[in-house]
Amino acid sequence: MATDAFEDIVETFEFLDDWEDRYAHVIDMGKAMEPLDEALKVPATKVEGCASQVWLVPHVESGEFSFRGDSDAMIVRGLIAILGALYNGVPVAEVPKIDARAEFARLGLEENLSAQRSNGLRAMIERIRHSAA
Amino acid sequence: MTFDIVKVRADFPILTREVNGKPLVYLDNGASAQKPQVVIDAITQAYSHEYSNVHRGLHYLSNLATEKYEAVRGTIARFLGVSDERQIVMNSGTTEGINTVAYGWAMPRMEAGDEIILSVMEHHANIVPWHFLRERLGVKLVWVDVDANGDLDPDKVLGAITDRTRLIAVTHLSNVLGTVVDVKSICDGARERGVPVLVDGSQAAVHMPVNVEEIGCDFYAITGHKLYGPSGSGAIYIHRDRMAEMQPFMGGGDMIREVSKDAVTYNDPPMKFEAGTPGIVQMIGLGVALDYMMGLGMENIAAHERHLRDYARDRLDGLNWLNVQGRSVGKAAIFSFTLEGAAHAHDISTILDKKGVAVRAGQHCTGPLMEHLGLAATCRASFGLYNTTEEVDALVDALELCHKLLA
Repeated sequence: MATDAFEDIVETFEFLDDWEDRYAHVIDMGKAMEPLDEALKVPATKVEGCASQVWLVPHVESGEFSFRGDSDAMIVRGLIAILGALYNGVPVAEVPKIDARAEFARLGLEENLSAQRSNGLRAMIERIRHSAA
Repeated sequence: MTFDIVKVRADFPILTREVNGKPLVYLDNGASAQKPQVVIDAITQAYSHEYSNVHRGLHYLSNLATEKYEAVRGTIARFLGVSDERQIVMNSGTTEGINTVAYGWAMPRMEAGDEIILSVMEHHANIVPWHFLRERLGVKLVWVDVDANGDLDPDKVLGAITDRTRLIAVTHLSNVLGTVVDVKSICDGARERGVPVLVDGSQAAVHMPVNVEEIGCDFYAITGHKLYGPSGSGAIYIHRDRMAEMQPFMGGGDMIREVSKDAVTYNDPPMKFEAGTPGIVQMIGLGVALDYMMGLGMENIAAHERHLRDYARDRLDGLNWLNVQGRSVGKAAIFSFTLEGAAHAHDISTILDKKGVAVRAGQHCTGPLMEHLGLAATCRASFGLYNTTEEVDALVDALELCHKLLA
């Protein structure tokens, strides 16, 4: 079991039959996600190797991991929102144990984590695991 | 002959496959084109029955491979309207071709303050080698803008010539805007001023008949993988006078006559500029691809693509939330666009891909043009000889879905 927030998303996706509906939902999640403060969009938070621009700001407090992220591409924003559900509030020690690809496969979105996709999701996960190490 | 699109499509086996459960609609030809069966067969044939190194062996297979490989030089010359094939240097593509000129011709003869004129819509392959000269020698890059339609005025290019201008490097056809540049007028004017012209023909040679002797340029670079040939194949036409001025760029086997501990003498041009074992089979494949194109007829290909362009322009113009970049009247069937409402090119291409439509999203290796247009990125649908009006419809349908989901 992943976080409650992620399990909620899994439940929603179970009702979405085709990819159009799934992507529409990802886009909606992207639109709903709180944008990152412009002041935080700096080289240090930028995740390189992405076709679109992606930023990630990790935070660890009382042994609990969280991050905020953003992108100029809406689908990527939606995927970041899903990553947030997967990782936010997780004990730091648990972060490396999360199999993000397997969890995304439960949503039918695992292709977004393939090595050749340049949307930056993999690079973000690397950054998350690194910042929780 | 007539251009039978059904028959042409049947020549390209990959076009029958599906992507994401949808028939493939391949509109990324500007990046790289698919290969006809004759090219695939030629590669298999070469490796299965006719392969050896070229130029040096005295045995049967080496002679056979050399004959096949060297025949391609003549095919390229014919394709480009060059009467003397010794002015064709075979290489891995335009990037190598332009670097050969930058290192072998430009670098030895330029100094700080000399100027190279470039259009703002050049591909990075026709920019970065000149940046090397700027960085290393202090050469100045002089940029000429395109107008609001994406047209490049030859007089503006010629007007930028000063007594320090040593080269004009310009594309024949923009990979982003589709603009066809009047390179003949540029060459005519430049010749009067004694300024050599390099033309990047990577895109143009794919879409229209090209005759470099009519154009009158000094250098004309082409790249095989866009010409329905193998990746890692290409060529550059170099006028014999410029070739005589050139130093070899890369040293190695094949380009020498004799090598001793203290001295080296070089092979005659063009071999002098072809160091090392070349892409033998790639070049043989390119020869077959060019024969295939000439067999269809470059005029026929151009007419078919004009038809696609007109149809696509009308259909895309019907989408009032789509901004197409480049309105040049005689443009090629290359459409770069953005979607109103700030949808990212990445979002659009992701959704198009789910519909089986392959386009390119990003800067298309044209940083200065994107800066000029004030855009971070665009999507680009670039058509080739096997595309159809039905595929334009598939693109428009997929774009309507993008608009529905993203706007």
